Formats: sequence, C-alpha cells, structure tokens
Amino acid sequence: MTQTEIAPMAAGSPDRLTGLKTFWHYFSVNRGAVIGLVVFILLVLAALFAPLLAPYAPDIQDKAAFLRPPAWQEGGSTQYLLGTDPVGRDILSRLLYGARFSLLIGAVVVTLALTGGITLGLLAGYFRGWVDVAIMRIMDLILAFPSLLLALVLVTILGPGLFNAMLAIALVLQPHFARLVRAAVMAEKSREYVVAAKVAGAGHLRLMLATILPNCLAPLIVQGTLSFSNAILEAAALGFLGLGAQPPTPEWGTMLASAREFILRAWWVVTFPGLAILITVLAINLIGDGLRDALDPKLRRS
Amino acid sequence: MRTGRREFAPPRFDLTMLRYLLNKIALLIPTLVGITICAFAFVRLLPGDPILAMAGEHGVAPARYEELKEQFGYNLPIWQQYARYVGEVATGDFGVSISSKRPVLEEFKTLFPATLELSFFAMVFAMVIGIPAGIFAAVKRGSWFDQSLMGTALVGYSMPIFWWGLLLIIFFSGYLGWTPVSGRIGLQFFFKPITGFMTIDSLLYGKWDAFRSALSHLVLPSIVLGTIPLAVIARQTRSAMLEVLGEDYVRTARAKGLSAARVIGVHALRNALIPVVTTIGLQVGTLLAGAILTETIFAWPGIGKWMVDSIFKRDYVVVQSGLLLIALIVMAVNLIVDVLYAVINPRIRAA
Repeated sequence: MTQTEIAPMAAGSPDRLTGLKTFWHYFSVNRGAVIGLVVFILLVLAALFAPLLAPYAPDIQDKAAFLRPPAWQEGGSTQYLLGTDPVGRDILSRLLYGARFSLLIGAVVVTLALTGGITLGLLAGYFRGWVDVAIMRIMDLILAFPSLLLALVLVTILGPGLFNAMLAIALVLQPHFARLVRAAVMAEKSREYVVAAKVAGAGHLRLMLATILPNCLAPLIVQGTLSFSNAILEAAALGFLGLGAQPPTPEWGTMLASAREFILRAWWVVTFPGLAILITVLAINLIGDGLRDALDPKLRRS
Repeated sequence: MRTGRREFAPPRFDLTMLRYLLNKIALLIPTLVGITICAFAFVRLLPGDPILAMAGEHGVAPARYEELKEQFGYNLPIWQQYARYVGEVATGDFGVSISSKRPVLEEFKTLFPATLELSFFAMVFAMVIGIPAGIFAAVKRGSWFDQSLMGTALVGYSMPIFWWGLLLIIFFSGYLGWTPVSGRIGLQFFFKPITGFMTIDSLLYGKWDAFRSALSHLVLPSIVLGTIPLAVIARQTRSAMLEVLGEDYVRTARAKGLSAARVIGVHALRNALIPVVTTIGLQVGTLLAGAILTETIFAWPGIGKWMVDSIFKRDYVVVQSGLLLIALIVMAVNLIVDVLYAVINPRIRAA
C-alpha cells in the first residue's frame, strides 16, 4: 500500500535513514503530536524513576494526615503536594507509581493483541478459504459484544486482578489487528514483489513474515497506538468497577474506585487520578493522530 | 436542482435491496450461533461447579444438588445441553435470577427502558452539539474555532467517562447544588410505569413537577454518556463535510450563485450526513459499554448497572442472559444501520 514510503524503512535497506527522516519531518509538523510525544516521554521517565521521584512509598500511611488537601489549598502543606487519600497515603507518590501500571498495561495488552492479531490476520489473509472464514467469523463474534461488557465477563471467568484484566482487554482489542492485517495481506498478496519472492522459492512462512508483513506495518503502528490508549482506559474502567487491579495497588482506576465515597468531601482524591488517566490517554492519542498523518501518504497533503 | 431531486426520491424496494438484506442476514447467522455458544459456555467456564456457581454463596444440599443437575440438564452430553439451551432461549426462557427470583426477561424488560431513555438523551446531546459544530468547523477550516473544536473533541475522545461523571457530580451536584446526584427521579414521585420512560410516563400522568425531576436527573448522565459519541460525531461530521465541500456539485451550486447557507445546508449537508448516520448507528456498542460505567456512577437503574451488580452478586444466570440479550440488541441495531445505509445510499446495494 504505502510501499514507496514504508518499505525502505521496514526492510532495513540503506534508505532507512531517509525514510526515518521523511517520517520525522511529517510527524514534527503536527504540533499536537510532538506535545503528545514529550508528555509520553515524561510519563515513561516518571514511571521508570518513580522510586526516586516519589516523596513517599505508595503504600505508606500517615495516620496523622487523612484526607489532607493539596498544598495550595487551606489546610494543606508542602509535605503532601497533592494531598493525601482517606488512609493517609501521599497521592503524588501513588500517581507516580501508578504510571508504571498504566504503561505496563498498555505495553502488555498491545503486545498480546498484536501477536494474536498478526498471527490470525496473516493466516486468514494468506490462506483464505475456510481458514479465513473460521477466523473472521470468530473476530466478528468478539466485535459483536460491547468491548467493556466482554472484558467484564471474561474477568468474571478468569477472576479479578490486573493480569487477568490485561488478558481480557487484549482479547477484546485483538480483532481490530486481525482485520487490519488480513485486509493488508490480501491487498499485498498479488503484488509483483510477492509473486517474485514466491517464484524465487520463498516458503509460506517466509512470504508471510518477511515479505508481506513489513509492508503492512504502517496501519498496524497507528492501530497499536490507539489500542495502547484504549487499553489504559479499559483497564482503568475495570479497576474502577473493582474487577481490575485490586487495592492497595496504586493503579489509577482502582484509586478512583476507593475514592468514590469521598467525592463530595475531598475533590482532590478523585480529581488527580482521573486527570492522570486523561493526560496519558490524550498524549497517546495525539501521537496516534500524528503517526497516522505521517505514515499515511493519502492524508499527507490534504 | 431537478437532477438532485430525482436522486433523493424514495428508493424502490427492488430485488437488489432484498438480496442485500438476505445476504446481510445470512452473514449474521454464524455470529448469532456464536453468541449463544458464548453465553452457553460462560456458565460452564466459571471456575468451579456450574450448579454451585448458580446456587451462589449459600451452597446446596447433596440431594438438591443432584436434583438441580437433573433439572438444568448437566448430566446430558454437552451438545444436548447446548441444544436444550438454544431451545429455551428461542422460546423466550432466559432463566430465573438467583438473587431476585424473578424471570430474567421480566427484569430486563423493566430495566431496559431506563437504559434506552438515557442513551436517547445522550445521543440527542451528542448530535445537537456535534453535527452543527462539525459543520461549522469544516466551513471555517483551519480557523481558531476549527482548531479548538478538534482539540476539544480529542480530549472528549480520550476521556475516562467514569471520572468525568464524578467531576460533574462534584461541581454541579456538590458545589452548585443544581442537579441530583443519582437515580432517575425524585423519591417523592411514584407511579406505575406505562412506557417505562420516566419523561413520557410523567407527562402521561400529567405531573409536571415529576417531569422536571426526571429531566434534571437525566442531565448529568446524558452528558457523561454522550461525551465520547459527541467527540466522534463532531470529528466525523467535519471530515465528511470537508470531503463533500470539495466535490464538483458543490462547486457547481456555488457557481450558480446560490447562497452559502443553501450550498452548505442543502447540497453539502445532505450528502455529508450519510457517513455521519452510519457513525451514529455504530455508536450503539460504545453507548452500551458506556452505560455500564455511567449507570454505575449515577445509580441509574438500567441494564448496565444490572450487569455489574449481578457480577458482584454472583448472579450468573442474569450475567449469562444479559450478555446474550445485549449482544442480540447490538446485532439487531447494526443490521438496521446497514439496511438504512443501503436505503439512503443506493451505491452500497450493488456491491
């Protein structure tokens, strides 16, 4: 599809650098995408260095400071910059540690969904016939359920917890990848370069993985980015409903769940974890928009 | 003008349309079978014994256990169990709730109007703001309004709606005291449901204060549930409008000297709305997923909250049938959207 632009990048030919340069040129034109990228890098740094940055351990309770407001509000102190939660834990520290969970969730879910989706999509698009029918009917079936409902039900079967939540979300998001890969493979399969490789004696596996797949990467990268933010949102929703990460894990959705009863008394307990989710998801979606513009030549000059 | 009219004459229900419809329905059959298999498998995939799972935390006596096993057919081979399940579902028997001891279908019928009412107002909110905003952004492309609208839409699209709901409660219910925190209507109002829609029922009984109460309960949940559809609709309307505005017939209409309002409002909008209608239809799944969170936050007695509550009550009969019923609704709505799309856009049918 986007052979001229993408193929050199992915195939590792000498043109790789120019490919990356073109990509960066188009990506950096989009101011929002660059802001998103900066925020995302900051988040990754916060997650990596949480133990150094956080003033307290995420689970340490100060019995003298329940529901302490943030520093700038009356009654708050610089001791707890963003205030404390109902059991006296520092909210800032919990948010910093929470970044680890959100990024981990995104990374694990996207990896699982990508692996599953690529495998199934390649098989369906490459072999067609009954393999295709069987795989795609199952994908349709997964998409027939509202995603959160299916994730909820899967977690009910697997049992609540962060890992099971990630599994469930990966399963729910995976059909999007499978559909995408299948469509791309079908479009690429009859191209000359594939036929040439086939004539040269390349086996099925080589054709699928080494010849066709690299040329389907552009839409996959964009979908992967969007799924990354989706996974964070869904995991937070499951945590909020009490079926994701379990307390006292400082996962942002779980933090919101335990703060719910205090919403009318202590706005900060509710506001900050949600704001953290919103900023993270927004940053990733901004990157996703930028990637789509940079990787899709059709949209580029519009 | 005349050619434009002819194109929009009501389409005849011809053979292509029928073939298209049958084709769509045929494609749904495997999905339909799959959905029933999922619901059937759900109870059997739960950790532990299905009978004990259905009995809940109280447990059962051994004699009663055998009896139940017989009653639910768990001693039969698995395919017979499935056939039996499909037979029950096909005759409208969705089982009896463990916690309330009422038939699941009956519970569903009393709760579904609440979700429908909420979803309706959420969609109205999303469309009334999203479509005009999208049109305006497209017309004033690149302007200050366009850029800030697209920024806001991305924020809306990224919104964790459960948090958004809590924020609105803090501000409008807690700080300003304008809206109630939860429920569908004030506790002082009670009437036997006619349609199940509070806003309609209160009017049918002629109770204005009840109607006002129902509306005030609807405001925040509708905004919360409508936020993501609003963002999606605004973006979709804008891009559909942009595409249409570049078309030849719009340029022709402009060249004929028609007013800008007429060109945008009649010529462009009519065609731009086709993809928007599809987008709106495809929001049903999003809406039902969002309803799970929205109803939980606002204690809204609809099917989303019902599902979550049932999961926590371990009322797996309700979860099983709820899953099935919701999937059927989504499927039916998607079919209707497909057909409507084919009706308004004849090009689709031939494909």
